[in-house]
Amino acid sequence: MIRFILKGVLRDRSRSLIPVLIVAIGVTLTVLIYGWMNGVVDNLMRTNAYYNTGHLKVATRAYWTEAEQLPNDLALTGMDRLLTFLHKNYPDVEWKPRIRFGGLLDIPGPNDETREQGPTAGIALDLFESGKWAERRLFKLQESLVKGRLPRTQNEVLLSNQMARSMNIDMGDEATLIGSTMYGGMAMYNFKVVGVLTFGVQLLDRGSMIAHLNAVQRALNMDNACSEIYGIFKNDIYSAERAADIKQDFNRQKSKPDDAFSPQMKLLTDQQGLGELLPVYRSAWLVLLLIFVAAMSIVLWNAGLMAGIRRYGEIGVRLAMGEDKGHLYRMMIAESVIIGLIGSVLGTAIGLAGTYYLQSVGVDISGFMEDASMFIMDRVRARVTPTSYVIGFIPGLLATILGTSISGIGIYKRQTSQLFKELET
Amino acid sequence: MENEVQVKTEHLVKRYPMGAESFPALQDINLQFMKGEFTGIVGPSGSGKTTLLNIIGTLDKPTEGEALLLGKTISKLTHKEGAKIRNEHLGFIFQTYNLLPVYTVFENVEFPLLLLSMEKKERDEAVWQALEWMQITEKAKVKPNQLSGGQAQRVAIARSIVKKPKIVIADEPTANLDAKNSHRILQLMVDLNKDLQTTFIFSTHDEKVIQYLRRIINLEDGRVASDELVELNGIATQE
Ligand SMILES: Nc1ncnc2c1ncn2[C@@H]1O[C@H](COP(=O)(O)OP(=O)(O)O)[C@@H](O)[C@H]1O
Ligand SMILES: [Mg+2]
Repeated sequence: MIRFILKGVLRDRSRSLIPVLIVAIGVTLTVLIYGWMNGVVDNLMRTNAYYNTGHLKVATRAYWTEAEQLPNDLALTGMDRLLTFLHKNYPDVEWKPRIRFGGLLDIPGPNDETREQGPTAGIALDLFESGKWAERRLFKLQESLVKGRLPRTQNEVLLSNQMARSMNIDMGDEATLIGSTMYGGMAMYNFKVVGVLTFGVQLLDRGSMIAHLNAVQRALNMDNACSEIYGIFKNDIYSAERAADIKQDFNRQKSKPDDAFSPQMKLLTDQQGLGELLPVYRSAWLVLLLIFVAAMSIVLWNAGLMAGIRRYGEIGVRLAMGEDKGHLYRMMIAESVIIGLIGSVLGTAIGLAGTYYLQSVGVDISGFMEDASMFIMDRVRARVTPTSYVIGFIPGLLATILGTSISGIGIYKRQTSQLFKELET
Repeated sequence: MENEVQVKTEHLVKRYPMGAESFPALQDINLQFMKGEFTGIVGPSGSGKTTLLNIIGTLDKPTEGEALLLGKTISKLTHKEGAKIRNEHLGFIFQTYNLLPVYTVFENVEFPLLLLSMEKKERDEAVWQALEWMQITEKAKVKPNQLSGGQAQRVAIARSIVKKPKIVIADEPTANLDAKNSHRILQLMVDLNKDLQTTFIFSTHDEKVIQYLRRIINLEDGRVASDELVELNGIATQE
């Protein structure tokens, strides 16, 4: 019987083509949007984790309360012991000490007078560590380099391209950082600019400076201290549960509410409103899915009604021949499942092709992000996940079944007593 | 078995509501149909032929009186039970052939057997046999829109008899056919009736058909005006 129905569906183009197209369009959009939102969430998570929040981050309790001002007088002291503790207790996480600092960058002219001066937001990292999780790699320094080279000695620094250009800085130029030490005094320290970077993240590209951790520690008098310790899961995947466990365990052991200088750990989702933002992005496609199901169902319901009119005779003969209404109704639904499957396969194929395209090419959103304060890569790439292959079948099948279920109710209203008359005209 | 009563009506009345009144389409019909009969219900348009076939075919219910089909009381059948009887024991032929347009001739004839969940091998045999009876095997792979009216009606008859039903009900089966095709179809139905002992009950007001009938029931304004058996040699006798 199913084969019989399949033949009918495949042969009767006018019966199946429009519904198949409707389903395919809805499914394509679902798959695309799903992949796109995946890409956005992935991008946000990654960009934040690497550059901004870590999967986990440790700072002093006091530092947390005014973290935006980069209060290095509230930095973590006893950094080495703290790092040892973290590495030992949570070996599934990479722990990275960093210093975020603000200051003025002063470029001297030929006679030691100031040639250019401008504010900078610096990040100090261990530029010379090696291994898979080296900071150099996390920050994609090599890939982001647009001019010059990576530092080879401790006092060499990298600047963002935008800043280097606006201050007419050349490779090899001296640059003096004027800032404040951990103890509130004035700090002046000479660096040498050896490379220029474009990260592809608006917030970093505006005016940042990447320097070596030890050099900045010396510059700001931060001996064995750092402002933040970042934790990144070694499998690169943020596990909310594991992260929460680590946070709880760490804070229980190390954080003292009555000591503002005691360390405190926070999650990625505790920072920058990401805890609220990510779920919104994650569920955005669900809302769209519901909208698609509703819209497609309505269209398919109407298509079903029209098919019902066109197939009035067929339904009549089948009832006369003794097919019972329930069976006929179920067969109509079986037809719609076939149509839904064909449309879903088609739509999934197109949607996947589109997602793969958007995954490899990406879309540059920097135009929208000029004033944004979000850590996100300018080039957002869609992301195909295993779910991308099946997600479209949900709206595809749901909508066809729903649409047919409603339009097919007409079968139950059909009076057999009128069949002869209806079939004779 | 020759004397098995398959259909019986007792004081059957069918009224259609007409505004506040009701219109009697059938009045006090008392008829019996035996196994193997070849009966025509004859009468002018509006005399109640379709209404009577509807009730006998379980598609409608009497307003008063009773109708029995194969021992079952029609007024008491649920929709499902009616469908089951039609599926298992009745074949229908319509004035307009009502073949399913997307299916081939073979598949159209096969359809009632699918409803009966018959095995493939058995099904194929039955379909070919029905097509042979109706002399239309060469069109098996063809779609209905490529058939002439006469061919389409032969396919429709093949479809109605493929499951070897006890009774075939036909409402004016030749109304859309020319003389040549009408004769051919009637002759085929007569042969089937003889070979398979299938009971044929059909309505007609077509003069060409009347000479093939073995029993003629005349309906006039919803009443049986006459009910005659016809001798094989063509001489009508009063029952
Ligand atoms: N559904 C109906 N509602 C009202 N009147 C009907 C209905 N069906 C048939 N009739 C009337 O009943 C009478 C018999 O109709 P019908 O059985 O179709 O006659 P026939 O088939 O002999 O032409 C006609 O007068 C017709 O108008
Ligand atoms: Mg009629």
